[in-house]
Amino acid sequence: MSTFDFPPSIASRPTYGALAPRAGAAQIMLADAEGAEALLAVAQADPELMHRAHVIYIPKHTGERFTDPLRAAAPDILHIAPSYPACTQRLHRVFSAAPMGAQIYLAGTEGLIGQAMALALQIGIPKSAIQTEHRGSVARRVQCVHCKGITEDVMTDPFQCGHCGLNLFVRDHYSRRLAAFQGVCIDAEDPGNVPPSVELYS
Amino acid sequence: MTIQFNDETFRDDYTFRNSEWAIRRFPFPFHEDSYMYSVNMERHRGGPEGSVYEKRFDVDEHYISEMRDRAQVLADDPLRCQSLPHMTLAGWDLLELIMVSKSEDYPDLFELHRDGATWRWVNKPLGIDDTFTFMDESSLPYGPMEYITRQTQGDFAVLDQRENNLWMDAGMVTTQADWSLDFDIGMNFFEWHAPVPMAHEMGVFKRALKFLLNVQQGSPARRLNWTMTVNPLLDTSPENYHKWGIQKTMLTPENVGRKQHLRVELQTFFRLPRSNALVFPIRCYLIALEDLVTVPKWGRRLHRVIRDLPEELATYKGFIDNRPMILDYLSQYDDGQTTSPGIWPDLDTEPPLRR
Amino acid sequence: MSAGLEKLPVIVTAKVKLNDLVTRFEFAHASGKALPPFSGGAHTVVEMQDGAKTRLNPYSLMSDPMDPTQYAISVRRDAAGRGGSVFLHDKVQVGDKLMLGMPVNLFALDLTARKHLMIAGGIGITPFVAQIKQLQTTGGAFELHYSARSQALASYADDLRAAHPKRVNLYLDDQNQQIPLERLLSGQPPGTHVYVCGPRGMIDWVLATAERLGWPPEAVHSEEFLAPQSGKPFTVDLAQTGKTITVGEHESLLEAMEREGVDAPYLCRGGACGQCETRVIAHDGTLQHNDHWLEDDERDGSKIMPCVSRFEGSRLVLDR
Ligand code: FES
Repeated sequence: MSTFDFPPSIASRPTYGALAPRAGAAQIMLADAEGAEALLAVAQADPELMHRAHVIYIPKHTGERFTDPLRAAAPDILHIAPSYPACTQRLHRVFSAAPMGAQIYLAGTEGLIGQAMALALQIGIPKSAIQTEHRGSVARRVQCVHCKGITEDVMTDPFQCGHCGLNLFVRDHYSRRLAAFQGVCIDAEDPGNVPPSVELYS
Repeated sequence: MTIQFNDETFRDDYTFRNSEWAIRRFPFPFHEDSYMYSVNMERHRGGPEGSVYEKRFDVDEHYISEMRDRAQVLADDPLRCQSLPHMTLAGWDLLELIMVSKSEDYPDLFELHRDGATWRWVNKPLGIDDTFTFMDESSLPYGPMEYITRQTQGDFAVLDQRENNLWMDAGMVTTQADWSLDFDIGMNFFEWHAPVPMAHEMGVFKRALKFLLNVQQGSPARRLNWTMTVNPLLDTSPENYHKWGIQKTMLTPENVGRKQHLRVELQTFFRLPRSNALVFPIRCYLIALEDLVTVPKWGRRLHRVIRDLPEELATYKGFIDNRPMILDYLSQYDDGQTTSPGIWPDLDTEPPLRR
Repeated sequence: MSAGLEKLPVIVTAKVKLNDLVTRFEFAHASGKALPPFSGGAHTVVEMQDGAKTRLNPYSLMSDPMDPTQYAISVRRDAAGRGGSVFLHDKVQVGDKLMLGMPVNLFALDLTARKHLMIAGGIGITPFVAQIKQLQTTGGAFELHYSARSQALASYADDLRAAHPKRVNLYLDDQNQQIPLERLLSGQPPGTHVYVCGPRGMIDWVLATAERLGWPPEAVHSEEFLAPQSGKPFTVDLAQTGKTITVGEHESLLEAMEREGVDAPYLCRGGACGQCETRVIAHDGTLQHNDHWLEDDERDGSKIMPCVSRFEGSRLVLDR
């Protein structure tokens, strides 16, 4: 199973639910890797809704595993994209054309959900039109508060900022606008004293 | 009174000093010998003459130097001042509120002349005399919020009100107690307070939000908050923490009285009329421990508060490692005598320190 | 904090009869000062001295929010009501002095919206008049759909259509015209917010249709002022002040407290803002909740909104 129970945390840290079919003027779905399982669950619960959906899917390391089942669910449009950056322009176009009442479904890693949510909000789609479900990796997108560089797929805490090289600890404080957690210098008060990295949620 | 403005720095050589006048009027935040989070709001309708509560926007001897420090911070990092697109109207509201308040409260320092939409603003301490068109952004060198807050002490969070919540959608933040506007902009009330320990469980923020949503035009409110800072450093930002954090390790028993500062925020809340937004000015006052203990009541009380503060709060406020040294210093000024209730220095009625 | 503290003394500068039902009142500051600016959708509580009785009625401000020289309200004559609107129509004249509460906005535009879709019924047009003026100044996109019983009763329709011919749409009941709501709510671009002000039936219709079409709640705004309902007189013990007061048939619990000099907070006087919320210490009987504020689980006898709600029974003790 690809689900993970995040321990309770502070109010700015996103929480995730389970996708459920919702009536609306349009159905737009985006998933990466194991996130496909969440979309397939929606298709199973309401096959008709899936036939009206525009689905964008990024398989990542799962290869062909979910592409055939998704095709079999027969969405109105299915677009397989090699990466999130490769489909951002398309997503922008699809979100911008979505009438009020459209339902958005995001499933997969926190990085994908967060970035697509930020894009949707920026276009004006209200937050509660967007459902999210976490699946797969617990890697985080982290912004270095010092140099502002964002590092993708951070798996350890602390980690070294990929931009400025500072050693950062990963806070649960999260910015929806940046789609990133906050990384703060861990050895500012004792330079060089960096505790060993541990895997997130290990 | 006319204010004698200091020429001082809040960085590098740290020449910041409080005059005798500034020490006496310092907003001491503890009304009793212990501290716990509370909403502790009251109406902001003046206060005793000469106190920091008297005027809507207090101007003191540090004004010119603080504004110089702000300009330096913004030159180094322009992201400290940001406004989401829907907040421009609130920016004009804020500009009007400050210009009207300051010109009425300090007529010898500030003047506002309005002729329809043509406004002339005179700021004598900073040598500014600008004529512009109200509600026309192109007539000012900066956006309205940035223009006026480059001329007003304190940080400013401008909060949009919608969905029964407050959203931090604009701000000028260069003297903050360790939070990042660039990171927090766009968050709602609960989200930007998320890192504060304990208070959520206590329901403090729920009550505070309910209060703030109901702050009405013409009825501003205020409260105090506090923390500790080594050196009179205004810009204790997370952005620069990797540079200033090390200063916390430079306290010694010899320099703690001079270097360790109590940092108090006078937080006020005004409803902005045209935008229905709320502005949250956060004015920072710094005082060295050696100056603070010249008021015997404050010396006694601060010792007791710091001593009894829960560990989580001392950690959150960033002085847990230095607490023993601070307590050693302050204990010299706590002779165990009782203190009078309330925040005022009560110099005439409180007993001198018994040695 | 009692909200009514800050008040504006004003003088009536104009009284304009618009049609059989609606009259506009215009005010200037009594001492010639500038009136505070406000935001579109704000209301003011008008304080009227009707003999020994003080009447306090909320009305939407409909003048230009940027114009400090005057405020305006439009009052629909409500013959079946408790008398505030009739008093204004019949007794208040140009030159009279009144007190107004500071503007309070419980129906503000969501300024993050990309477009504002406004739906008005009858006198519900008034907050939109001010909001449209605000959007004219700040340059926001809007579209108004306004339904009224007849051309004669469609207050301000001509002015609005003349100023914004492409954005204002009028629907008249006596011509069998109806707002094409379903179609309107089906093709709006992302970031549109819908606002409705009018009779209860219209509000329910818009809210239900929006929900059915998948509109998220934060993009749907409504305003309805409830008028306090009359009812059987009842007696209340006030624990803090130690007073026992009787609430008359045609007055609200809030009004009765004010009559007795009890400091009771309020903002909207219409069951919407939550400001008057009061703890019930004990009761023996039935609380008649008429507000829009309390959650269902708060209607368990622990709280009451004195501006609109009443009581029937033998004993009620409140924390005031
Ligand atoms: S006064 Fe607003 S709910 Fe009672």
